[in-house]
Amino acid sequence: MPLRLELRLDRSRRLEYAVPLLSVLLALLVSGLLLLITGVNPIVAYAEMFTEAFATSYGFAEVLVKATPLILCGLGVMLAFKMLFWNIGAEGQLHMGAWGATAVVMTGWEGSPWLMIPAMVVGGMVCGAIWALIPAFLKVQLNCNEIITTLLLNYVAILWVAHFIYGPWKDPESFGFPMTKQFPAGAQLLRFGDGRVHLGLVFALLAAVILYFLQEKSRWGFEVAVTGNNPIAAEYAGMNSRRNILLVMLISGGLAGLAGMAEISGIQLKLLKDISPHAAPYGYTAIIIAWLARRNPWGVVLVSILMGGLYVGGETVQITMKLPVNFVLIIQALILFFVLGGDILSRYRLVYRSREVPVGG
Amino acid sequence: MEGELGVLVVAILQAAVRSGTPILFVCIGEIYSERAGVLNVGLEGLMLVGAITGFYTSFTTGSAPLGVAAAAVAGGLFALIHAFTTITLRADQIVSGLTLTILGTGISGFFGKAMIGQVGPGFERLDLPGLAQIPVLGAVLFQQDAMVYLSFLLVPITWWVMFKTHLGLAIRSVGENPGTADSLGVSVARIRYGCVVFGGAMAGVGGAYLSLAYTTMWIEQMSGGRGWITLALVIFAGWNPAKAFLGAYLFGGAEALQLRLQAVGVGIPAYFLMMLPYVLTIVILVMASRSTLRRRIGAPAALGVPYAREER
Repeated sequence: MPLRLELRLDRSRRLEYAVPLLSVLLALLVSGLLLLITGVNPIVAYAEMFTEAFATSYGFAEVLVKATPLILCGLGVMLAFKMLFWNIGAEGQLHMGAWGATAVVMTGWEGSPWLMIPAMVVGGMVCGAIWALIPAFLKVQLNCNEIITTLLLNYVAILWVAHFIYGPWKDPESFGFPMTKQFPAGAQLLRFGDGRVHLGLVFALLAAVILYFLQEKSRWGFEVAVTGNNPIAAEYAGMNSRRNILLVMLISGGLAGLAGMAEISGIQLKLLKDISPHAAPYGYTAIIIAWLARRNPWGVVLVSILMGGLYVGGETVQITMKLPVNFVLIIQALILFFVLGGDILSRYRLVYRSREVPVGG
Repeated sequence: MEGELGVLVVAILQAAVRSGTPILFVCIGEIYSERAGVLNVGLEGLMLVGAITGFYTSFTTGSAPLGVAAAAVAGGLFALIHAFTTITLRADQIVSGLTLTILGTGISGFFGKAMIGQVGPGFERLDLPGLAQIPVLGAVLFQQDAMVYLSFLLVPITWWVMFKTHLGLAIRSVGENPGTADSLGVSVARIRYGCVVFGGAMAGVGGAYLSLAYTTMWIEQMSGGRGWITLALVIFAGWNPAKAFLGAYLFGGAEALQLRLQAVGVGIPAYFLMMLPYVLTIVILVMASRSTLRRRIGAPAALGVPYAREER
């Protein structure tokens, strides 16, 4: 190969922060070219996206609405990544969480919101956690590849939800639409202000705080970090990595389940198809967020808000400029590719046909 | 076999081969890539890129074979991104592959918008003279389309290349011990690039089968997890092209069976039947993992590990 990498001796810390920023700009540039091909002025489109998402109070409230499930799923995925466990099943865990919360409502029990909401939270988190524990258990017991199992279980979870909303839980007065009846007021999360921002955002921020302390200040957080960095060292230090994998996935799935609960109890107010946007599902965006956030809970919050802006902006130009909403996915993927490449290039220098490295040099 | 049951079984087996064919193409391609040490979890995205490229080309030119060729080129080009990030830049193969899936889903949805609802030209059934008349086997294997026959050829060719040629030896050595291969004068990067790009091309062809033969239309996210299922089947096949046949048709059988059961109505809710291929894949993976643990055979030793000469 004429192209090769050479270690940078003058590796700058500034680059570490510049890489994500540059990546976003490059991604917007490349996807702007795509827009040009399809005959859309990218500057107009981007201006409209940004204005809607971050410069109007309604738009920003919607950004926070989108950020809520993203933060919860993103935190869970990040925690698992930290242990080098590839949980790409947040989408399925979110669906099972929504199902579990709905199951509580469907019992017909009409308690006060003070009991109803906690019961739904528990229902959602338990179902999400169970869904995440299946691949964790298979990994620990049989070394079964978790990338494949977590992902395939997404499809199973979505079909599971579909079964209930097309069948036993379908609202007879829905004119054939696959959805449950609207939840009673006691099963709906409190909303703030004029927009749709709901209590789920508080759950999400609380989860970030708890995860921060767990990760940075607890012995267990240290064990997780060590196991992720060097599994063999962790083993020698007497850390029980099997138990830790199960615990990490318990939390990871529980958080995604909570995201599903919050989404249906705060926004949709019923269980239905496409709880998570079909074109760019929350559970998959969470993977990108976890990677971009550099293993930092506050990073997850920040990146989730930016991604929320991308969703809201994408929906806006879908309506006003007839742009396919899949555009959001393209920008997400490009950002990730550029960060991936940029990380390497901040440590190495790409050179064309350099001289051979001398022996011992 | 006689009577209605016999007809039904033959119909299901015939459908199993059809359903298994796209998986078989992708599986063969991924075996090349993984044998050379590069895991590509972006297959799902590559299939989608292949499906839309194949459909668009065939729709505009009226030629399905041209559609397949275009899908192969598109799949190869997208895989080139993965090759560059993982081989040249030594980036994490899993993250790069995931990104490829997201990119492929986005790009195919973006450019496919205009194609939704269109029906294009596709591959017609082509009975092989003589062979098609063999009882049962003829109907199952030789009353199919040209793409199915192409996949039949691909398996023995891949087996021969992988185990009987210098190229195959080079591929396997690069995947097992790139340092040694390098010192023997094999270009690790060149072999890996070639295998990843070829794997991408095959994933594109597998995707095109969905939009040109299995159906003759474009549906958003029509790969429906087949890329991921393939990853499991490669493990099940033990990275052996001969066993890829078995895995692909097992999956195809589950798919054909559940569709047939839905049509007849057997008292099992339709959505539970639709879970069958996914659940079966997980079961297959669990069994493969168990036997891997027991017999200590497994993935190419350098799978997932970037190669850096100076760190040898």
